Amino acid sequence: MRISLFVPCFVDACYPQVAMAAVEVLERLGHTVEFPEAQTCCGQPPFNTGMWNEARVVARRHMRVFEDAEAIVALSGSCGAMMKVFYPELFSGDADEPLAREISSKTREFSDFLVNVLQVTDVGASFPGRATYHDGCHSLRELRLKRPPRTLLENVRGLELVEMDEAETCCGFGGMFSVKFPMISSAMGEVKCDSIEATGAEFVISSDSSCLMQIEGIFRRSGRPRRCLHLAEVLASRGSLPG
Amino acid sequence: MSAPSREFHRQARQVTRDLNHRSFVQKALDGYYRKRDEYSARFRSWQGARDLAFEIKFDAINHLDHHLEEFARKAEARGTRVHWCPDGGAATQTILEIARQNNVRSIIKSKSMTTEEIHLNDALEARGFGVFESDLGEYIVQLRHEPPYHIVFPAMHLTRGQISDLFQSELGSAPTNDPEELTMIARRVMRKKFCEADMGISGANFAVSETGMISITENEGNARLTTSLPRIHVAVLGIEKVLPRMEDLALFLPMLATSGAGQALTGYNTLIGGPRQSDEADGPGQFHIVLLDNRRTVILADPEQRDALHCIRCGACLNVCPVFKNVGGHTYGTTYPGPIGSVITPHLRGLQSWKHLSAASSLCGACTDACPVKIDIHHHLLRNRRNAARKKPVWWERILFAGYIVLMRSPRLYRLGLRLGRIGQKFHPLVEGTRLDPLRAWTATRALPPLAKTSFREQWKARRR
Repeated sequence: MRISLFVPCFVDACYPQVAMAAVEVLERLGHTVEFPEAQTCCGQPPFNTGMWNEARVVARRHMRVFEDAEAIVALSGSCGAMMKVFYPELFSGDADEPLAREISSKTREFSDFLVNVLQVTDVGASFPGRATYHDGCHSLRELRLKRPPRTLLENVRGLELVEMDEAETCCGFGGMFSVKFPMISSAMGEVKCDSIEATGAEFVISSDSSCLMQIEGIFRRSGRPRRCLHLAEVLASRGSLPG
Repeated sequence: MSAPSREFHRQARQVTRDLNHRSFVQKALDGYYRKRDEYSARFRSWQGARDLAFEIKFDAINHLDHHLEEFARKAEARGTRVHWCPDGGAATQTILEIARQNNVRSIIKSKSMTTEEIHLNDALEARGFGVFESDLGEYIVQLRHEPPYHIVFPAMHLTRGQISDLFQSELGSAPTNDPEELTMIARRVMRKKFCEADMGISGANFAVSETGMISITENEGNARLTTSLPRIHVAVLGIEKVLPRMEDLALFLPMLATSGAGQALTGYNTLIGGPRQSDEADGPGQFHIVLLDNRRTVILADPEQRDALHCIRCGACLNVCPVFKNVGGHTYGTTYPGPIGSVITPHLRGLQSWKHLSAASSLCGACTDACPVKIDIHHHLLRNRRNAARKKPVWWERILFAGYIVLMRSPRLYRLGLRLGRIGQKFHPLVEGTRLDPLRAWTATRALPPLAKTSFREQWKARRR
């Protein structure tokens, strides 16, 4: 299958290894990966701020970039949900509504694509260690992807997956929310980190690098660093720790 | 920034720092989660029940005119007086008038968020009436002169010790840590108030239009006394409380109990169909129903958010909300705190003054999943943000996103921005976390992820070659 990869802007800038790992996994499974280089941002920041006109400008451009894609794989549950769930509402009544619906139907979050489109549950990865999985809220509640990442992780050799009490509780990132209400966002992040710590896991895995940015940021600032990894990095692993 | 917004920020800063509050609220809710899950699992299908509840409420709200008129007609047929009140002022005037005409002196109340909404107690007390809350939690916060912390558990923020201290100073009771003893102290005071009261004021959980009855659900039995002992009973309810049929209660009563308190069914469920009839021996001689609009019709007129009127005030969305749990109920400064409050308060009290509540959310959606009547809560927060920005965009957000558009429209400028960012990053440690740090909102509590030496798109290009 010809796969067009959507690499969210902050993954491109801060976590390129996540996208490289995703490319590796998809290619290993025998698929052709394309990266439309004109892509920038999906438009979620202004959308969540309520500035839908501004969001439409950037989202429209983003849709054009992916117009000819056969399948779009988003490396973030949050940005994926923007395209899959919110584009149709953002362009409701707009001339581009049909395009928004088409893009929506072609877009899948990474774990969703592997498990539900490619029907792959074991990618042949091996990763030694004890890890806990954090559900990004957009993956969990907009895309309803509770199972797929866990199915994939359960088949990773050497990986021990432990659930935390607050697995489904928001990490507090929330985009602009994290800087508009830093005190609430940080308190939520602390609750999350305490729950992660209580599992004794060395690694935190998620399908959303934005959540991991929040979780890792709090762990590092409070002097108890913990390795945070995107699901793709674990699935690309062949026994040794990435990066 | 509006005054309510400033106050929200101030209190949020304070409460989120309070680790005792954080662990106390978490502990208070742990038992609720267990029980809620246990009892919702007893439904043949909890999701099916939610779907059905949504449909019933959808019909009730979308044909509100019809159902309300039927409700009033049926109620009046059994001697109930129905008062249609457009706002809080009209409702308060109506109740004051009833009290004056009947030489009322002492008023007993059972739990009603609708009367909180219109600040009825203040109005009655200002006119010289004695007003006593008979719900234990409400009584406690009344003694403390503060609003309820939570719409179902008004005093959940207080420890037994704090309640004992309060009773000691206000009622002169002996200190105790025993919840039963604390309840008995309040009960001894309350029993006297019940006997003295000329008027009982209650809320209602549901109004059944088919029979013209109101349904009240409670755990302490105080609402039964409030509505049956005094010679006059006044029930205050929002117009959204309507359910079309009696049989709808078979779904809504257990659902409210499960979502609201983690119970199979609440301790006392009462249906009231009118004042004392000629062939009846007891009960109030007068029964008044005050139907309150108070801008609910503003929500009704908005087809996008009309489902916010489905709300049965169970508080389930508050209990699962990480924002509520971290800032606490009083920080909101609203009658209805938590997610549903953040949705409806901008409609009820003004969008521009209360839009900060819709922004103060990570949009995690836990509320929407918890809502028994399937209100699209977290998406409505997003719609409130859109409506607020459309009418009056924030100046700095306008500049920010104008710049963002320029950057995101041109991959060249985007790449240039990344390069400049990497240069800026070298100097950032000099100011990181200090007052001079432009990223302080993030870095005060969190480490910043470094920009990678080479972005993915650069690595991708190199790989192609």
